[in-house]
Amino acid sequence: MEKFEKMTGLVAPMDRSNVDTDAIIPKQFLKSIKRSGFGPNLFDEWRYLDHGEPGIDNSVRPLNPDFVLNQPRYQGASILLARENFGCGSSREHAPWALLDYGFRVIIAPSYADIFFNNCFKNGILPIVLDAQVVDGLFQAVAANEGYALSVDLEAQTVITPDGKSIAFDVEEFRQHCLLNGLDDIGLTLQHVDDIRVYETRRKQEAPWLF
Amino acid sequence: MAGKTLYDKLWDAHVVRTQDDGTCLLYIDRHLVHEVTSPQAFEGLRLAGRKPWRVAANLATPDHNVPTTPPENGGRAQGITDPVARLQVETLDNNCDEFGITEFKMDDIRQGIVHVISPEQGATLPGMTLVCGDSHTSTHGALGALAHGIGTSEVEHVLATQCLIQRKSKNMLVSIDGAVGAGVTAKDIVLAVIGEIGTAGGTGYAIEFGGKGIRDLSIEGRMTVCNMAIEGGARAGMVAVDQKTIDYVKGRPYAPTDGQWEMAVAAWRELHSDDDAQFDHVVHINGADIQPQVTWGTSPEMVVPVDGRVPDPAQQDDAVKADGMRAALVYMGLEANTPINTISIDKAFIGSCTNSRIEDLRAAAVVAKGRKVADNVKLAMVVPGSGLVKAQAEKEGLDKIFIDAGFEWREPGCSMCLAMNADKLEPGERCASTSNRNFEGRQGQGGRTHLVSPAMAAAAAVAGHFVDVREIGE
Ligand code: SF4
Repeated sequence: MEKFEKMTGLVAPMDRSNVDTDAIIPKQFLKSIKRSGFGPNLFDEWRYLDHGEPGIDNSVRPLNPDFVLNQPRYQGASILLARENFGCGSSREHAPWALLDYGFRVIIAPSYADIFFNNCFKNGILPIVLDAQVVDGLFQAVAANEGYALSVDLEAQTVITPDGKSIAFDVEEFRQHCLLNGLDDIGLTLQHVDDIRVYETRRKQEAPWLF
Repeated sequence: MAGKTLYDKLWDAHVVRTQDDGTCLLYIDRHLVHEVTSPQAFEGLRLAGRKPWRVAANLATPDHNVPTTPPENGGRAQGITDPVARLQVETLDNNCDEFGITEFKMDDIRQGIVHVISPEQGATLPGMTLVCGDSHTSTHGALGALAHGIGTSEVEHVLATQCLIQRKSKNMLVSIDGAVGAGVTAKDIVLAVIGEIGTAGGTGYAIEFGGKGIRDLSIEGRMTVCNMAIEGGARAGMVAVDQKTIDYVKGRPYAPTDGQWEMAVAAWRELHSDDDAQFDHVVHINGADIQPQVTWGTSPEMVVPVDGRVPDPAQQDDAVKADGMRAALVYMGLEANTPINTISIDKAFIGSCTNSRIEDLRAAAVVAKGRKVADNVKLAMVVPGSGLVKAQAEKEGLDKIFIDAGFEWREPGCSMCLAMNADKLEPGERCASTSNRNFEGRQGQGGRTHLVSPAMAAAAAVAGHFVDVREIGE
């Protein structure tokens, strides 16, 4: 997993609540057995006017001009500003893979669905939770200022606006540590092999039918 | 010290170690695997030169994109025609073969939707921790287990270590007080709960469902309720163990036997919240107030009783919510204030991990019996949750009832629940569906999904529009 320390990026607004993972990456793309290449199909049904299928050339498909990510001013965005309960629905990790493949490293929203939130950290995406009011303010600022960019410092746990205002956010210490160092969860867990074996030995006594 | 909740007990029994910041390593007893969320996990395992930690803890089956068309229509005997889907199912077969994981392959009668086959086999047991790369894993909590969905990275983590890195959720109790009325099913209960708490109401919580309305349900009904806990934002839903739970498990292929059965039952009898347990949040719903439910919008919380009307965004004070309602009405092709029972449908789908068990099919068959699917309904399909459910239904003659009424009788799988196989809605088509998600495009791009119970879906299919199943009788 790639390390995450600091970044500055263009912000794209996704002004809807309850954006679900089916919308983030529609199910026909889940047939892939790979982890990469989902970016061109991020928000596929909103982004294109025709129906997408795996294997077709996305570069020749008709774009929906009304869809926010298709607007010229948001090209190259790496921070997604979103509303409450972002990433609800299916547990598909293809959703963060698609966001990452598209180029998003940070999401800012008032709240997230649990599984999606968790999946982001596992893939080097930082999902930041800010107050609904603060998020609302950011939506207005993005709308008013073309090229609106934010800086994010994970170590300091701050989002810095173009006028230098610093907004603090919370992140669990362990998740922060893993993201800052690009640590692989499995490697970390395997440092505790002895604990797992001790647990299994005890559990076999208590509940042998589970083994 | 206050007593423990069911969730506390399940959690505590599975903690391997706790870090200073409260993050835990949680032991996983059962891991279910299907074709969509596992290929990248197996690949990761191979790349790192790792092996599954405990092979016997895993159970696999393909379900999401297996064809469900009957054999006579060029069904699954010919294999999967979509090459991308076929590769995914073959990849699962190969991965399971390579690592020695038990898999119910497509031609095995035990194949079916993961959340249907595991309880059916007794592979889901009370007191277990159970995970699967699928959000509806919450289903298994109906047996007094701690069960939730995980992402693919976590699938790999569980394969490699038999553990998950987790933080404990908060405790919520949703109590259905008093009995529900006749004709009101588990599906109506859970839709009413989501209507009450909202799709994010359970975020950060593990929900225990209790009260007489839940105790009265069969284990299958409880599975329907727990299945949709995730639609209320909670990763896990659960119900305390009682005699029904124990009777359900007894004699199933993976259930404990002989000397271990008595020991297991003694342990399972402890799996309920203590009288003095403290919940962080408690919701009470009066069972008698729950009516058969129909969703009208593009989120499961957009739900009303069948005798209600499509709500009016103009009456909604919260501007963001009102906007969401307007967008949903446009997508669904509905006008505010339309009576629900005047909305006609194009298709009906009875199936999915929410409602494809034998009791669901029985409930739908009661309504379908001696009736005909209405002329305006282009397709009404029944998709059993597993090969064994299908066989049982056929033994009871339910397939004949459905076929005589004009329903299609299918092979087991996820089918039109998420439309990854050939079963899908065309743009603008309206469907009465027993599945769990009415999101935009869920059942096919531009498709319009209304979530209902099996009896209500059958009733809509024969009436051609939504109708209160209690009015049409048997
Ligand atoms: S039936 Fe539907 S919700 Fe259930 S596992 Fe299959 S696709 Fe998911």
